[in-house]
Amino acid sequence: MKERFNYLFNSTKGLILVAIAMIGIETAVWGMLSGPMAEMGVREVVIKLVGMDIVQAEREGRIIILYHSIAMAVIAIETYMVTGLLKMKEFFKLSVRVLITVGYILTMVFGMGFAYFGRNWAFHGLYITGLSLIFFAGVLLCIALWPWNPEYYITDKDYARTKKGVDLERVAFFTTAVTTVISALFGAVPGSFYGNGFETFLAENIIRLPHKTTMEYSVIGHLHIMLALIAIMITLIIGRWLNFKGIWHKIAMPLMILGCIVLNLGVWGVVTPLEPIAHMIIYVGATPSMLAALFLLIWSWNNLIKEGTAHLAKPTFLQKLGALVYDPLKFGPTWQMLFMNFTTSGIGIFMAIRLDEIFRMWPAREERIELTGHWHALSAIIATIILMYYGDMLGLKGKVRQIYGWSIIFLSDLALGAVTVFEMKRLFISEAEQQPLVNTLMYMIDFGLGFLLVLLAIVMVWRLTDLFKPKGRWTEEATHELAEEVAK
Amino acid sequence: MKNRFLLPFILVAALLASCAPVDLNAPIPAYDTGIDPTAWAQIPAGEFYFGQHEDIESTDAYEIMVTDVTTQQYADYLNAAVADGTLKIEGASVLGYYPGDPFNSINHEIEIKAGDWQYIPLDDPSQRIKYDGIRFTVQKGYENHPMTMVTWFGAWGYCEYYSHRLPSEKEWTKAARGEDDRPFPWGDEIARENANFYSSRDPFEDMSSFGSRTSPVGFYNGKTYNGYTTLDSASPYGLYDMAGNVWQWIGDVQPQEGFSDRLMHGGSKDTYDMDLRVWVRNSAPPMYFSPGVGFRCVK
Repeated sequence: MKERFNYLFNSTKGLILVAIAMIGIETAVWGMLSGPMAEMGVREVVIKLVGMDIVQAEREGRIIILYHSIAMAVIAIETYMVTGLLKMKEFFKLSVRVLITVGYILTMVFGMGFAYFGRNWAFHGLYITGLSLIFFAGVLLCIALWPWNPEYYITDKDYARTKKGVDLERVAFFTTAVTTVISALFGAVPGSFYGNGFETFLAENIIRLPHKTTMEYSVIGHLHIMLALIAIMITLIIGRWLNFKGIWHKIAMPLMILGCIVLNLGVWGVVTPLEPIAHMIIYVGATPSMLAALFLLIWSWNNLIKEGTAHLAKPTFLQKLGALVYDPLKFGPTWQMLFMNFTTSGIGIFMAIRLDEIFRMWPAREERIELTGHWHALSAIIATIILMYYGDMLGLKGKVRQIYGWSIIFLSDLALGAVTVFEMKRLFISEAEQQPLVNTLMYMIDFGLGFLLVLLAIVMVWRLTDLFKPKGRWTEEATHELAEEVAK
Repeated sequence: MKNRFLLPFILVAALLASCAPVDLNAPIPAYDTGIDPTAWAQIPAGEFYFGQHEDIESTDAYEIMVTDVTTQQYADYLNAAVADGTLKIEGASVLGYYPGDPFNSINHEIEIKAGDWQYIPLDDPSQRIKYDGIRFTVQKGYENHPMTMVTWFGAWGYCEYYSHRLPSEKEWTKAARGEDDRPFPWGDEIARENANFYSSRDPFEDMSSFGSRTSPVGFYNGKTYNGYTTLDSASPYGLYDMAGNVWQWIGDVQPQEGFSDRLMHGGSKDTYDMDLRVWVRNSAPPMYFSPGVGFRCVK
């Protein structure tokens, strides 16, 4: 029992498994409260079955806590990955992990308890305690990642570094961690005024509303930058996992650092007199960050093609394509980053360009659907990238690896593609005639996300049964560290 | 290799097939609800809870229509107003004068100038009012349904014509909610039999084809219609359809400086139950019309 507990709460892979399982359970249960599940009456059954206390006026507050509890578990997973991939003192690694684990579990359990099972204010206090512990874990992580410690200098010229040897990838991780901690304050400050001049506010940033309070801007900025930072961090993590290096690495890392700083300055600027030009600064910052991700993609695809066709003297286009897509778990993360441009960035840019001619003419509810849809899509894409890395961590091989990897890609892209068409449907179909299209899209979304959860459930059940075996896979994983696997 | 293209082909084919036109003129059941659409309710002066966070606001006394303006009422108005020259018909639109909005040149603000604006389109397949070149008539079965496919200008014009006006947001909220903090006009919770909302399984919808359709005004009054039993869902002042069926245009102009949209409240046949909560705001430019947007007047 003690060994299993040690695996689950003291090893990188065990900690990640617990967090994924927690998110999986929460997503499966709470996913039944909205959309088609509500239409089919499943919501009412779930509410009665688990004894939820749903008050109409508190819906928005409940959703905010739901998002926070899932986001904290995702941040915990990224933190486990960072602490497993990068060199740091054992004290910091242990402290960060203890704080963030206790933090996200408190946030999730007591936050959801407060939001959905009666307003027990002691639960709310524990929820806030959880968030605070995660904040302190973030501060400690920043200290642990300090890149100007000579211990972490690198000599390998294949990686981005300064003349002195400062590891620029570590600087990028550090920058992302520091800005994440600072950006958390932009949610915490309005939150601390809750009920005293600040009320529950969903942060879609409805553009047509010309006046927002400073605290509302702060919350809007908080939501957007935290999601962007989670995306930047997972990009860095994937780069480290794939052992990103070479010329593309040397160009990408300074861009990532620059982009991250400027992006944050732009978002923080929304609560200052710079607000009117904040969006311009955000665009300026987003460009180098996205270029850095593009360079990771180019390097990674080139690498996959080279490795996959090394045995061929003159590979054809199809052979190169075959090599590129041979391993879905290595190809998938960067493919999902590219796919994100169709579901998130592309939509955002298109909306910005045609805002006054098209989107501004639609009702506010449609604008809300598009805005909500695009960041739900981004969140889902980040989740699928984590699942792909997790599949590799598990050591999936052969057909199982193919099925697992391609299922994640196909199911999520089907669902998110359908979400994108749903968001944009007014461009090509009238309100009166949309129902059959909406039905088809809903089937696609539900099929994609539903089976993705089924896939995750299968993996979780497999991992659970494995824990009952004395010499299960968990015994190997308990001692493996992510950094060692990268080196291999 | 061929099999690899089969699934994407099926998906694209399914998407294209689902874009095929639906029968917008499918037969609709006709019911007499017994609720008089010409009736008005008295709302007393005093304080009430406004918005989700229960700010305390107040209004003077006023009267508000018990139901939304019906399609028949609007057709009668069009016949009278075109005959006396208040409105004119140009192409496939009924136009009327609007004196314009203040303009503040704020980013994304739409300038609404004084002049003739579209009240209703006549060529949209969802329009239930028909014009034969002489008179406006109502498509059979829709006489006692709320008037839809009407712009904010068209709603404003109707109320002005009879010396009434559109309700302010405060007036609308108080009429819907009364003086307590209930989220729905009838109380704290919502059932499918309370209102016409998305997938509420009412006798007017077919989610496999045309989706939701409007229900006659005052339909949710506790009566049973051909085996379908409704719950009495009147507001504390006896108003019907203050949640669901159609969004209702609000009269406020520029509630925020530079905000040129017009607010809508009440949710509709096309929205989930959460949008039927009294404080939920929707908005659109005043030129917007939809099969899910109607109005009622106050005086």
